[in-house]
Amino acid sequence: MAQSQSNVAYQVMWNRLISVVEEQAQALVRTAFSTSVREAGDLSAGVYDTHGRMLAQAVTGTPGHVNAMADAVAHFIRRIGRQNIFEGDVYLTNDPWEGTGHLHDITMVTPSFYKGVLVGFFACTAHIVDIGGRGFGADAASVYEEGLYIPIMKFAERGDVDDTLVRIVRGNVREPDQLIGDMYALATCNEIGHRRLIEMMDEFGLDDLDGIAAFILDNSRRATLERIAALPRTSAEGEMTVDGFATPITLKVKLTIEEDRIVSDFTGTSGVDKKGINCPLVYAKAYACYALKCAIAPEIPNNAASLAPFEIEAPVNTIVNAVHPAPVALRHIVGHFVPDTVYDALDKILPGVVPAEGAGCLCNFQVSLRPRTDAPAPPDAVRSEVLTFNSGGSGARPEHDGLNATAFPSGVMTMPIEATEHAGPVIIWRKELRPDSGGAGKQRGGLGQYMEVGAREGHEFDFQAMFDRVDHPARGRRGGKAGACTTIAQDDGSEMFGKGKQFVPHGRKVMLALPGGAGYGDPAERSLDLVKRDLLRGYIAFEAAKRDYVLSDADIADVQEKMRKGDTV
Amino acid sequence: MKTSSVRLGVDIGGTFTDVVLEVDGASFSTKVLTTYIAPENAIIDGMQQVCTKAGITPADIGQIIHGTTLATNALIERRGAKTALITTEGFRDVIEMRTESRFEQYDLNLNIPEPLLPRQCRYTVPGRIDATGAELMPLTEADIAPVVEAIAEAGYDSVAIGLIHSYLNDSHEKLVRDVLAKRLPDVMISLSTEVSPQMREYERFNTVVANAYIKPLMKSYLGRLEGRLRDEGVGCNIFLMHSGGGIISLENAAEFPVRLVESGPAGGAVFAANIAARYGLDKVLSFDMGGTTAKICLIKDQTPKTSRVFEVARTYRFKKGSGMPISIPVIDMVEIGAGGGSLAHVDAMRQIRVGPESAGSEPGPACYGRGGDKPAVTDADLVLGKLDPDNFAGGSIKLETAASETALRAVLGDMLDMDAATSAFGLAEVVDENMANAARVHAVENGEDLSEYTMIAFGGAAPLHAGRLCEKLGVERLLVPPGAGVGSAIGFLRAPFSFEANRSVYMKLSDFDADKIKALLGDLKAEATGFVRNCDADSDILSEFKVYMRYTGQGWEIPITLTEAQAMTPNAATFEARFVEDYTKLFGRAVTGMDIEITVWSVNATTPPEKVTEIDAAKPSGDAPIHGSRSLFDPATAEFAEASVVLRDDMIEGAEVTGPAAITEDETTIIVPSSRKAIRQPDGCIDITTKKGA
Repeated sequence: MAQSQSNVAYQVMWNRLISVVEEQAQALVRTAFSTSVREAGDLSAGVYDTHGRMLAQAVTGTPGHVNAMADAVAHFIRRIGRQNIFEGDVYLTNDPWEGTGHLHDITMVTPSFYKGVLVGFFACTAHIVDIGGRGFGADAASVYEEGLYIPIMKFAERGDVDDTLVRIVRGNVREPDQLIGDMYALATCNEIGHRRLIEMMDEFGLDDLDGIAAFILDNSRRATLERIAALPRTSAEGEMTVDGFATPITLKVKLTIEEDRIVSDFTGTSGVDKKGINCPLVYAKAYACYALKCAIAPEIPNNAASLAPFEIEAPVNTIVNAVHPAPVALRHIVGHFVPDTVYDALDKILPGVVPAEGAGCLCNFQVSLRPRTDAPAPPDAVRSEVLTFNSGGSGARPEHDGLNATAFPSGVMTMPIEATEHAGPVIIWRKELRPDSGGAGKQRGGLGQYMEVGAREGHEFDFQAMFDRVDHPARGRRGGKAGACTTIAQDDGSEMFGKGKQFVPHGRKVMLALPGGAGYGDPAERSLDLVKRDLLRGYIAFEAAKRDYVLSDADIADVQEKMRKGDTV
Repeated sequence: MKTSSVRLGVDIGGTFTDVVLEVDGASFSTKVLTTYIAPENAIIDGMQQVCTKAGITPADIGQIIHGTTLATNALIERRGAKTALITTEGFRDVIEMRTESRFEQYDLNLNIPEPLLPRQCRYTVPGRIDATGAELMPLTEADIAPVVEAIAEAGYDSVAIGLIHSYLNDSHEKLVRDVLAKRLPDVMISLSTEVSPQMREYERFNTVVANAYIKPLMKSYLGRLEGRLRDEGVGCNIFLMHSGGGIISLENAAEFPVRLVESGPAGGAVFAANIAARYGLDKVLSFDMGGTTAKICLIKDQTPKTSRVFEVARTYRFKKGSGMPISIPVIDMVEIGAGGGSLAHVDAMRQIRVGPESAGSEPGPACYGRGGDKPAVTDADLVLGKLDPDNFAGGSIKLETAASETALRAVLGDMLDMDAATSAFGLAEVVDENMANAARVHAVENGEDLSEYTMIAFGGAAPLHAGRLCEKLGVERLLVPPGAGVGSAIGFLRAPFSFEANRSVYMKLSDFDADKIKALLGDLKAEATGFVRNCDADSDILSEFKVYMRYTGQGWEIPITLTEAQAMTPNAATFEARFVEDYTKLFGRAVTGMDIEITVWSVNATTPPEKVTEIDAAKPSGDAPIHGSRSLFDPATAEFAEASVVLRDDMIEGAEVTGPAAITEDETTIIVPSSRKAIRQPDGCIDITTKKGA
């Protein structure tokens, strides 16, 4: 009985740890200042053992952060040194290579002490809106231009916040109140996690986490390995090409399924770019691993053991393994295309599981507003940084349409436009679905969206574009058609580029059409009812219905009648 | 005899319609099956039953208070009216695009719930208000006319109007309404600024759409109900329980039916709050566990916690984000898929998982012997000795322990190398831990420490699990009230008339404008009081003032309660001090050097709570008669121990029972763990406390 009894207790404790880190993440959302964290959930939170192995991680959060942060705590232990770890300490960094891939993510780690002894760590990461330098965007030629670099160091020692650090940070960023507020929010969230952990240890009479750590990691490893062992032992290659900054980028992967691991080898991938779209290996690994976990072991919680069998290799100085001092601010662009690349290979091994290509990278932009300079500005005009996250369509799945304007692989949310317009004098004139942008197919790709962005009277702005798929649409699978490309221009027709900082004069708007996901399977096999439904809803126009799906005139007349009568299908 | 001392409470639930009649302090109740097609039939049936029991006629009833899941069910089952939305040009798809995210990140086949209204039912008009409430682009009647014509031609019954930033300036929404009402006087109209005047377009639009969608249905139902009751001779006023835990008039309910969502559970919270008042308890956790879900609510100072937004109709394992947000004043509770019928399985990590899939009533848990072969929570309870196989539901269902053991072994034990009893222990521990976690997270979100709380448990399965839950949460005292099976309907009779009015208006403490605040709060007070005055022409009306504050730049506010004096003679220093105090309590440390802002203002008008006579604690009157004994598993020691069995009916005032024990009644069994003892209080509550407190 003793053995199974402790088994029941461990089951309870594992559940509890997952609940603890969720509380930790919720505390961060509630106290954060940046819209990227509080509205969009661009964050992660987790608990680690004394060796820096991640035991549990919050469901709230985004894969790039989560899987990258899994490796971060070991770096903190090494850099700080065990002899310098004290009760009441809080550590931080925004090192792209030892944190989560770019300077705009602050990772904070708090050691957890119980009865005077170190028992584990809490870590959390959040995407902040500004870290100085050139501002969030692709334009830097090296990481030095991308903003303030904070090596792994102490934010607080034995409870006292490092005032010198705070002053240096304040002096180097555009929105100091926001950033310092976020740093406090990160520290608070670890503190909340720590309190709950201590309560759990009291309740179960634990002196350390060794037993529960072994239980979690053993069970997770075994479950993951069982899934991998059930796959065919083979390898396959995949590749895709996307816009890049000035020259296209090709991502190549060779996926090899071994008995106890899956190796993603990115040999053959393009080299680093001159501009800030390069990706540190830790971030590429996070998304390769995410893609494989979704397809193979979706319900196994993330921890050190369940992530370990997913290995990545990439030659140094390929764009998925950019090293210091390469510019990496927009590492998410390449990172978000890693899953579609991996799926190109996996589809050859496991047909009928993975989706067609989707919009891929988030369609983000940052607006730097200021009083107009071409004429006298009104006295209430201000400077402001506004960041928004938006999504194109996701790729069609073997049995389902792609999701309209929904992030994949990223896990972040968009911000309400009413909240965005409170963050600064920006006006979002339009944010709605983009008809005809989903690739045709037996299953249709998800629709992208239209956006129109301007400023309040008296302001001009720089528009930091972070888009891809201007020249390289999402490719269909098994006969499905490509999704629509990204388009970007000003409302007077002035040309704009998919990436980089671009000036928008007073009175002008930026007109965006964000990309659609690709279709899956032959459009001729699509159910007539679904085609008619799509037409009625305006997901597709009459021309597309006739061209892509061969809808008859009688069918079209029927839909028109329904439309007039406000009927549903 | 027609006085308000004869009152009828009616709760329409998913399975049963509960009816409670109180006549001068005496209480008569019944449960009848809910009649989906014409829900009023069950009410009439139930009313006749309790009137007969009490020896009165429907004409003698002085007040009827009604709560219902019909509004919730109409949203879940998508059985609303033909409804259109009119919104701002460029924002046709807000309710479809939601947050542009996936609520379950690892499911490649995830589907997002369809919006209540498909795209062809969503129309747009020009015009634009900005984030300061100023008009950026005008809107004219001529702009609106073509949309109104299209709506006329399509023949919509109900129209929702939701425009960008309307919570700051409602002139455009009102203009659309006026044009629409003039052309189509019979169409029902709902305005987002009236239904939910709060920032965040997705939540606000979804709320107004939900209101419009169920309005024709609810209006017609409420009209029919009133007619049927009048036919039965009922002459009194009929009121509705709303989601915020108060009562509104039938007319207001028909106008804002979305406020009826989750009114049944709200009644349960009011029921618990009333018991809290009886015992003078300021910190109470109400725990309501039925067949498929468990609901947990914090009740501070005898008032249930409220919130401004919640999610209805979750489609994916009760997962956060898989339903639709409704932003209205609501009693804040967590609901998880954990009930007596919740089924267990073993996942890939060899972890026992319980729920949210439920065995329902057919085939039911394995022990019902109706073909269920998966172990449910009830099966575990049976094997652990918490239930008596021969006396379940008053002996009407004979439970088969062997079937439970077989199911537990087959689904859990064989995988995990456990015997049936250990499997049952594991299952019960997991479901109790799930509920404990939900309670903990809820407490943390509200900055509360549960160890100072008392639990009040009701609903069929709650008394079986409440004792263990208290052990897990460090809660020292548990009350199990009588009548727990119809708790919500009793709660309706305890609820005050109330209405909460709120408004989003931004103000930084650095731009503090006392006159503006006085005017705003004055308006809100008048609005809220008006609703309450509709229900009660004479009573005193109390006003509760709440402002939602945050550091400038944060996105989530915390509610700060102000006294009437603090609210109506506002000064910035007081506001700041109150905010810093509550923020520090919630999150550990204040942030220095930041401006503070107020985002939402709210006034809740309510009639004074019913006078409650506090209970004098019962004096111990000796041990309750022991009816027998059985083997009961004690999770604290992980062993079976011999436990006494006591009949609840045998317990006179002050009668004591020492754990481990099972106190049985027809509807349920109260488990007293070995760490606890119980005493019957004068009002019939079974009061369970830790032994060490003796």
